[in-house]
Amino acid sequence: MKKLKYALFTGCTAKQSTPEQMMSTMAVAKKLNIELIELTEASCCGASHLQDYDDFLSLVLNARNIAYAEKHALTMVTICNTCQLNTAMTKHRLDRNPELKARVNEKLAEVGLEYKGTSNVIHFLYAIIDDFGLDKIKEMVVKPLSEFNIAPFYGCHNIRPSELHDESHQQKENPYNPNSLDDLIIACGGMNVDYEEKNKCCGFHVELQAPHTAAVLTGTAIAGATDQNADMMVTPCPLCHLKLDTQTKGASEAIGREVSLPVLHMQQMVGLALGCSPAELGLKHHVTDVNFV
Amino acid sequence: MSTNTITTQKVNFKVFRFNADEDYLPYYEDYSMDVTSEEVVLDILNRIKWDHDGSFSYRRSCRHGICGACAIKVNGRSTLACKESMTTMVEYFGNDLTIEPLSTKRAVKDMIIDKGDFWEKHAAVTPYLVADIDESPSCENLVSPQDAEELDEADLCIQCGACHYACPVVEINSDFFGPAAFAAAYRFEADVRDNDGQRLIDVNEEKQGVWDCVKCFECTEVCPKDINPFEKITKLHQMAFKKGVAKNNVATRHAVGFLHSIKKHGVLDEGGLVLYSEGPSIVKHIPVALQMFRKGKIVMPWNIQKSDNLDEIQKLIKSSSTVKF
Repeated sequence: MKKLKYALFTGCTAKQSTPEQMMSTMAVAKKLNIELIELTEASCCGASHLQDYDDFLSLVLNARNIAYAEKHALTMVTICNTCQLNTAMTKHRLDRNPELKARVNEKLAEVGLEYKGTSNVIHFLYAIIDDFGLDKIKEMVVKPLSEFNIAPFYGCHNIRPSELHDESHQQKENPYNPNSLDDLIIACGGMNVDYEEKNKCCGFHVELQAPHTAAVLTGTAIAGATDQNADMMVTPCPLCHLKLDTQTKGASEAIGREVSLPVLHMQQMVGLALGCSPAELGLKHHVTDVNFV
Repeated sequence: MSTNTITTQKVNFKVFRFNADEDYLPYYEDYSMDVTSEEVVLDILNRIKWDHDGSFSYRRSCRHGICGACAIKVNGRSTLACKESMTTMVEYFGNDLTIEPLSTKRAVKDMIIDKGDFWEKHAAVTPYLVADIDESPSCENLVSPQDAEELDEADLCIQCGACHYACPVVEINSDFFGPAAFAAAYRFEADVRDNDGQRLIDVNEEKQGVWDCVKCFECTEVCPKDINPFEKITKLHQMAFKKGVAKNNVATRHAVGFLHSIKKHGVLDEGGLVLYSEGPSIVKHIPVALQMFRKGKIVMPWNIQKSDNLDEIQKLIKSSSTVKF
């Protein structure tokens, strides 16, 4: 197989509040012999909040990030659902609206860049599933997670709007019954847990302005997984991870029930199955202890 | 004429039943039917009533996706029964389908719910044109096609409630207006003839307003008219800043804070964003922040790895900014 190579848009959390996500991404890429060229020039994507303030500026900044991936002539890989949403949405809007694209490019030209629309934008989860292949992952598993019930938590921005998902990724995802992460759990030897909240919202985006709403959503999700006998949760989104891993106290108070489960990043789960060490995967950076390794 | 052949398959339905006048608790009834590829969900509701149980109750009227009466949930997904093909439902969920009202806790009889909260919130956003209209105009009051486009199809809403009862926030925060009411608010705020000053202020209020939207896209996914309520919510945020209605509060500072961070570092300064948004209230985050700090999850501002070519980003912010706060 030809070596897979992507432009990596790390997003901001991977460099700050979820260092383990950066570590595990690199560890898994190394195991799978995937080359990731980090886009060190990239700015923050605005996390779907900057657009609430200044939509055009948000488009220009995201187009600039994609332009750097295009310079490498590589597909951009994201490791955060919200980065994926903002970047793919920018691409969606610019590719469909030549007038808007021209206006954005007029600005980018001031710094010698151009958005062409030649690089696709995909989440690392789908790079692993679609491009690398689940069967190959399965063959490479050395430490199957066969003792564990693992609850997938998909995160909104990877699966909705489904139109955007389907446009960016090869594998279609049913927003009401997504299966990519379930398939990956099975490929890693684990038991996938089905529960009602797997495709629901974690509340991250209103944590500051509506803390009660955010906490109820987080708590309900962890409770849902717990009630289906999950030993742990796994998510492709570092923002969901932050909610589920670090906010269990508020979440428990909000729903009137003590909830807490170890939460793995998708990359950490794959890394464990492929035999990476806990240290390589940054498991010590979790607030809710990962107590099974 | 379509050349597609009609296929038939067996589908098992679990149907929510409840009569508020007689039952203490709802129950489910099972039906198995051969369903053809040309049937819509409403056909199934009709067949249950006509072939199995005449007391089965649901709302329906136009059968053309325009009256908005027949919205229900299939396997938890809001669906306009007369528009949704059974083939799509089976593709989504397989051959075992659960038919429920839009909101089981608001059920009155079977599929019929008390939509009172929906209509109250809809009414609260002044969902009509407020304008000083000359009652005896000498010529037509024209709206240009460009101005009409600003509505962005928000005027196509049929008030079916599919998005409202798919929204997770509506169920947690009973004051929250919800996506349909916001889409209605946008429809009139975007109308060049409207001069209501209060609506945009109301939809920006804390507790009920647009800032509590969790950005989950559930509304966009279910809307049978492809109105994309989420996008309308985003546009209401933008309007609030453009028209100077945005209050200086944690939600608006949270949006603006991203700009400050990007200007300074290219990337986000997470701690700085929380500080900028919360102000002195940041103290309430200290316990979690300490836990995170102990686990190496907090990077000090002076250690933030700035974006390469930061000057480019700063130049673009200068030349491309369209809003001031």
